[in-house]
Amino acid sequence: MNRIQSKLQEDKKLLSIYFSAGYPNLNDTVSIIQNLEKSGVDMIEIGLPFSDPLADGPTIQASSTQALENGMTTQILFDQLKDIRNSVSIPLIIMGYFNPMLQYGVEDFCKQCQEIGIDGLIIPDLPVDVFNEQYKTIFDKYGLINVFLITPQTSVERIQFIDSLSNGFIYMVSSASVTGSSSGFGDEQTSYFKRIANMKLKNPQIVGFGISDHKTFKQATQYAKGAIIGSAFIKYLSKHNLDAIEDFILNIKN
Amino acid sequence: MNYNINNKGYYGEFGGAYIPEMLYPNVEELRQNYLKVMAEPSFKKEFDQLLKDYVGRPSPLYFAKRLSEKYKTKIYLKREDLNHTGAHKVNNTIGQILMAQRLGKTRIIAETGAGQHGVATATVCALMGMECIVYMGEIDIARQAPNVARMKMLGAEVRPALSGSRTLKDATNEAIRDWINNPVDTHYIIGSVVGPHPYPDMVARFQAVVSEEIQWQLKEKEGTDKPNYIVACVGGGSNAAGAFYHYLEDTNVKLIAVEAAGKGVNSGESAATSVLGREGIIHGSKTLLMQTNDGQITEPYSISAGLDYPGVGPMHAHLYKSGRAEFISITDDEAMTAGLELSQLEGIIPAIETSHSLAIFDQKKFKENDIVVINLSGRGDKDLQNYIDYFKL
Repeated sequence: MNRIQSKLQEDKKLLSIYFSAGYPNLNDTVSIIQNLEKSGVDMIEIGLPFSDPLADGPTIQASSTQALENGMTTQILFDQLKDIRNSVSIPLIIMGYFNPMLQYGVEDFCKQCQEIGIDGLIIPDLPVDVFNEQYKTIFDKYGLINVFLITPQTSVERIQFIDSLSNGFIYMVSSASVTGSSSGFGDEQTSYFKRIANMKLKNPQIVGFGISDHKTFKQATQYAKGAIIGSAFIKYLSKHNLDAIEDFILNIKN
Repeated sequence: MNYNINNKGYYGEFGGAYIPEMLYPNVEELRQNYLKVMAEPSFKKEFDQLLKDYVGRPSPLYFAKRLSEKYKTKIYLKREDLNHTGAHKVNNTIGQILMAQRLGKTRIIAETGAGQHGVATATVCALMGMECIVYMGEIDIARQAPNVARMKMLGAEVRPALSGSRTLKDATNEAIRDWINNPVDTHYIIGSVVGPHPYPDMVARFQAVVSEEIQWQLKEKEGTDKPNYIVACVGGGSNAAGAFYHYLEDTNVKLIAVEAAGKGVNSGESAATSVLGREGIIHGSKTLLMQTNDGQITEPYSISAGLDYPGVGPMHAHLYKSGRAEFISITDDEAMTAGLELSQLEGIIPAIETSHSLAIFDQKKFKENDIVVINLSGRGDKDLQNYIDYFKL
C-alpha cells in the first residue's frame, strides 16, 4: 500500500503543508521537509517551481519566482531529495505544473519519483481525460498516485468521474479562487463542504486554498479528512528561520 | 492531411485544453456552446451587420502597383489596417462580445501586450455597455501610454500585471487568474488563436472573414479566387489564421508565416518561435513555445510588441510541423526598412507587426505571374514613436 493510502486510513484529521522547493534558499528543501515531519505534519506537498503558475496567487508566485532565481531545476530537486527516505517517512507529494514534467519526460519524471520514494503527484493543469488516456499507465507502473482537484463549480457527474479515477484523495479547492486569496470560510463554503461529504465518495477529500490558521483548519476538516496549507506557510517562512517551523505547525494544531 | 481542428480540439498533435480544474466549467461552457451560437441566424446577422456598419468591412483588397513593380510580382494588400481601431483585432472582439452576451456574461476581461487587443476589447465593451477590465504588463503600460489612454477613454479599467516579466505572457496569466476568481459572470476575450480549446478555433473562425473576403475579391480582380501565396505575420497568429483559414486545405495556395527574429534568430533576443521553440504547454495549449531546457517559459524579444509572444497558436504549430506553411524570420531592421518602403511606395504606414510580412522579398523570390496576397494586419499610427526613434525622423 502506498504511504498516502496508509496515512488516509489513520483515524485523525490530516494536516498537509505545501512549500515551494528552492525557497527561501535553494538548499532548504530537505531541512524544511525534516522540520515539518518533526513538527507532526501528516503529509507534504513539495512545489516544483514554474515560471507561469496560473492557478496561484501572489504569495506562491513570488516564492516560485524566487526559487527559480535561486537556481532551482527539476534535476536539482531530484538530487536534493535523493536520500530523503533515510530520514523522512510521511507521504511526500510533488506538486507542479505540467510543462516542466513534460520537458523532463513524463516517464523519466515518474521513474525518478519512484526511486526517491515520492508517493504522488498533483498537476493542476494536466486535465483528467488527458491523464487517463495518455499517462495513467505510466503513473501506475511507478506506483504514483495522481491527485485531482474539484471546485465548488465542479458538476456532480464530473466529481463522480474524478472519484472513479482517483486512488488516494481528492483535492477539494475551497472556493473559486487562486491560492492564498481567501480569508475565512462562510456559509457558502460550509454548505459546499457538506454537500461533498454527503456524496459519500470512495476517496476521502482534503481541502486546500484559503486555509491559514487553526480556525480555518478546523472549519475545513469538520467535514473533510484533512486540509492543506500553502501560502500562509510560505509567508511564515519568509519571516522566520527553519527551526521556527514547529511553532507554526503547533499554532495550526493548537 | 487535415489542417483544421479535429473534434477533440487538436490541430494534429497540438492544441487541447491543459487547464486547472478551476477553469474547467468556464471553458467547457464555451466549448459546448460556441459552434451552436455562431450558427444561430440571429448571431450571424448581428455579427455581419456590425462588421459592415461599425468595423467598415469588407476591407479592400488593394493591388499595390509600385510595390509589385519593384519586386516583379503581383502583390495585393488585404487592408485590415482600415478597420475601425486600426487592425484585424476587432473582428474577433466583435464576435466574442456577442458570444459573451449570448452566454449571459456581464463582465469582460482581456489581456493585451501593445494594447491593440485591449483597445479593440474596450471598444466593443463600450459599444455594448459592458464592464471591461484589461490586464497589461507593468512594463508595457509604461511603453504604450497612448493605448492605455485610449482604453481608459473608452471606459475600461487597465490593471497592471506585476508578476514575472510584467509583459504579455504575465498579463495573460493575470487574466486567467481573474477568470478563476470570477467563474460565473465573466467572459475572457482572448486576443489571439492561443489558449485552451475552443479559443484557437473560435478566434480563427471570427478572423476567417479575412480569407472569405479575399476569395471573392480576388475572383473579381483576377478571375480566380486562389492566390499563389498568402503572407501574414505571426505572434500568437490571429491575423495569419484569418488570412489562411479558407485556404488551409487547398495546398495549391502556399502559406507563408512571418515571425519576428528580433535582433537575429541566434542573438538571444528573438521571438522566432518556430525556430527557437519546442513542444510544450503555454496558457492551456500544447504548442511550440520558447522555454528553457527545464520547461520554464522564456521572455521573447521583438521591436514589435504584437509579435513578442513566447508561443504560437496550435494551428500554426501544426502548419509548421506538417510543412503546410513556410516560416520565415525577419529581423527588426528588415521590418523597419520594409515599413518605410511601403510608406513611400504606396502611401501606407503599416504597423511594425505587418512590416515583418512586407520584408520577405529579400528572402523569398516570386515569379512575375504569381499572385501574392499580404495581410496588412494593422496601421502604423500606434508605432509612430518607434518609427521616429528608429529613423530619427
